[in-house]
Amino acid sequence: MDPTALLLSRLQFAFTISFHIIFPAFTIGLAAWLTVLEAMHLKSGRPVYRTLFEFWLKIFGVAFGMGVVSGVVMGFQFGTNWSVLSRMSGPIQGPLLSYETFTAFMLEAGFFGILMFGRPRVSPWFYLFSTAMVALGTAISAFWIMVNNSWMQVPTGYVLQNGQFVPDDWTQIIFNRVVWVRFPHMLLASYLTGAFCVAATGAWYLLRRCYRAEAHVMLRMGLLLAALMLPIQLFIGHLVGDYVHDYQPAKFAAIEARWHDEEPASEVLIAIPDSSTESNKYAISVPVLGSIIGSMSLSSKEVGLTSFAPKDRPPVLIPFFAFRIMVGCGLLMLALAWLGSWLVLRNRLERSRMLLWGIFLSFPLPWIAILTGWYTAEVGRQPWTIYGVLRTADSGTPFLTASAALTSLILFVVVYAVIFSFGTYYIYRLMRAGPEGLAEGPSLMPAPNRPMSLADPVRVARTYDKAGQ
Amino acid sequence: MVMFWVSLLAISILIYLLLDGFDLGVGMLFGLPNGETSRNTMLNTISPVWDGNETWLVVAGVIMWSAFPVVYSMLLSAFYIPVIIMLLGLILRGVAFEFRGRALRSRWVWSASFVLGSSAASFMQGAMVGALVEGLKFSNGDYTGGTFGWLSLFSLLCGLGLCFGYALLGACWLVGKGEGAVRNTARRQIPALATAVLAFLAAVFIYALSEHLAILQRWVDRPYLLVFPLISALAAAVLARSVLHHNDNWPFRMVALIFVSAFGTFALSFWPYMIPFVVTIDEAAAPHSSLAFMFWGEGLFVFPLMLLYVAIGYRVFRGKATSGLDHH
Ligand code: HDD
Ligand code: HEM
Ligand code: HEM
Repeated sequence: MDPTALLLSRLQFAFTISFHIIFPAFTIGLAAWLTVLEAMHLKSGRPVYRTLFEFWLKIFGVAFGMGVVSGVVMGFQFGTNWSVLSRMSGPIQGPLLSYETFTAFMLEAGFFGILMFGRPRVSPWFYLFSTAMVALGTAISAFWIMVNNSWMQVPTGYVLQNGQFVPDDWTQIIFNRVVWVRFPHMLLASYLTGAFCVAATGAWYLLRRCYRAEAHVMLRMGLLLAALMLPIQLFIGHLVGDYVHDYQPAKFAAIEARWHDEEPASEVLIAIPDSSTESNKYAISVPVLGSIIGSMSLSSKEVGLTSFAPKDRPPVLIPFFAFRIMVGCGLLMLALAWLGSWLVLRNRLERSRMLLWGIFLSFPLPWIAILTGWYTAEVGRQPWTIYGVLRTADSGTPFLTASAALTSLILFVVVYAVIFSFGTYYIYRLMRAGPEGLAEGPSLMPAPNRPMSLADPVRVARTYDKAGQ
Repeated sequence: MVMFWVSLLAISILIYLLLDGFDLGVGMLFGLPNGETSRNTMLNTISPVWDGNETWLVVAGVIMWSAFPVVYSMLLSAFYIPVIIMLLGLILRGVAFEFRGRALRSRWVWSASFVLGSSAASFMQGAMVGALVEGLKFSNGDYTGGTFGWLSLFSLLCGLGLCFGYALLGACWLVGKGEGAVRNTARRQIPALATAVLAFLAAVFIYALSEHLAILQRWVDRPYLLVFPLISALAAAVLARSVLHHNDNWPFRMVALIFVSAFGTFALSFWPYMIPFVVTIDEAAAPHSSLAFMFWGEGLFVFPLMLLYVAIGYRVFRGKATSGLDHH
């Protein structure tokens, strides 16, 4: 394959998947949040839950739409740009993706229409059921895609026959320890995204001194949930690190910026790795900690990058920094969530405006952690697409020309930039208008026999003006 | 096993053609002069179902990848440009559903992206089918046609033809789901669209004759294929009658029948090839362990469930749709 076309294909894949993951991360969390709200409303009858439901439903709709359209692109890109990969791994990755489509996408898509438009037409219980099915679908989808990617990271349960990976043990492919740490890591990351966005919105309203009742519910639920999930997430993150240590030593060495074998190994906290001199500049490191983190021992030998042939080494800079950013975001979120929860439980959060600002501004943190987490995993996996068996350089479509790849990349960048800007702007406007302005809107009026309008733009505009004053 | 998955692939493609066909068709008709109320009704008739409809494209795609990886990798890479344009079209029209209702001044942008996206996606699908019928260049199993190997007068013609076909399906859908102005406009469009589709089929036939396309020989060898044109002719007659008698439900069923028989002709005339005259179904099939794994789970149990979701969705939103205060 032409090297320029290969590079462009990689850029295109990285760009489109980074764009895609932003939305699933959000909608997996939001769908679960909507289910909880609807269930609480059915149980307690308190209108605040219904108001919040209608409010988040609209935001969910916009995000879900963008998630779906960007997701459709991903599946087809395997065929367009990575034809060798898709021919060879089709017998394994194909069935996994088809299970995702059959068990998850269809479930989500089937009930999404009812969730968005069906409330006037179905019984409350069926509506709750539909909401729960959408939430379930998004979680199942995360499961299968993590099985899929985990197989590319640590291929097992296959034999190589006639140039194809032929599965011979599906239980190993699906029920291996790599999947069962990475799937929870991703799922919790998505729920954290939801929790932080909800809490940040609550903080924003309190700062603006509006929608107090709703803001309190959002802060309370978001922060407490995040405070519970974060320690678990950090622990699972550690287990994820363990699998990398065991199965992908070169990636592990890149994450640690460890150039030479060490015994016992030190841990580089921060540095500027330099691959030309195969050493770190300005390193701050802690002796022995590297062995503790890697092998839970005080004396273990840890492998360095120079033990691998240069053609088998991943880039170092990106995994090294991306990993540190992810962990940093995790620790920062932990501090915010615990401090916030403590104040929430003592009813003092509203008075500490500093912390409210902190929570409000923290909403990008889970996304940054998710993106940098994936960059660690995917760039650290290089130069392989299927670890240790198929090189990235051999995976692409052989006859793809650089000009075709460049054209498609430019088109994706332009179209995504436009829809991303408008999408975030519309979500911002919905959030700015706030829950009450919308909930008294048409969706609560007597329901005629048609899919209902949820947000009347004129009304949004009016509320928006009012809120802006 | 292989037979099961070919059938499921065929069924999924057919469901996709019928379901996304009508909503892509509505997308194209949306671009004709229509009042704001009519436009809102048009959108309302499809917004609860479009996502599910489009997912059938993903279903067909992943069945192809998992059960026939060789064909999937060959076709998608050979159709690089049309696939990418189709995807971009689907993106632009997909976001319009949510964005259009939220926009204030930029509403026209999303109306335009809805129409253009729907047209681009439909056109490219037709062009790809056309290129497949006409034959792509392969040597020793490798595609050698280049970036624009799919582009020809014939494939462009097929692109246009499918646009008309989808628009016809869309108009029939609107007749069934719409009221008042929307229904009446759509009913008036049916004769013109139906004529265009027939003209297109005739043109394809003539072109095939003049170019001696390999597919013609197949029709001579397999005279039973003639059953399909007969069904189509019958369906066209019922369609004409139901439009004249102002029946709202039969037009859609009849056009769907025409689609089914066209699809049947297409599929059976290439049998047992998946990429005509290059790769057969058996050559393309994934190993047994993959097919069996899919069969015992998603094939046997989940597929019927998927049909159930579709049925529930359409049942909940049965009946006529009106303009509403605003399209959601
Ligand atoms: C952890 C979660 C996750 C990850 C890593 C991915 N996705 Fe995704 N995807 C979802 C979670 C998700 C979701 C939550 O299920 C979405 C988002 C919004 C939605 O509608 O479903 C979705 C939508 C979505 C759709 C549209 C489904 C429909 O038509 O309803 C497709 C085809 C894909 N994805 C395919 C992919 C591929 C091929 C990926 C990787 C290369 C990928 N996704 C990564
Ligand atoms: C959703 C989060 C994901 C992100 C942010 C992500 C990120 C990336 C990045 C940055 C690259 C480029 C690496 C490079 O070329 O240096 C890449 C490549 C790739 N990833 Fe992922 N990835 C994600 C999920 C997945 C999943 C779920 C799969 C498979 C099912 C996958 C399969 C691939 C493939 C095939 C490539 C191209 C070949 C390669 O460069 O290795 N990725 N991804
Ligand atoms: C102490 C904290 C954490 C540790 C030690 C940790 C560890 C890791 C490691 C080693 C990887 C790379 C896995 C691979 O190469 O396959 C990873 C990936 C990832 N991390 Fe973390 N993580 C932490 C916190 C977080 C947080 C707070 C989030 C999000 C909110 C997050 C989200 C992700 C995601 C989305 C991936 C990519 C998916 C995957 O490979 O499993 N991580 N993490």
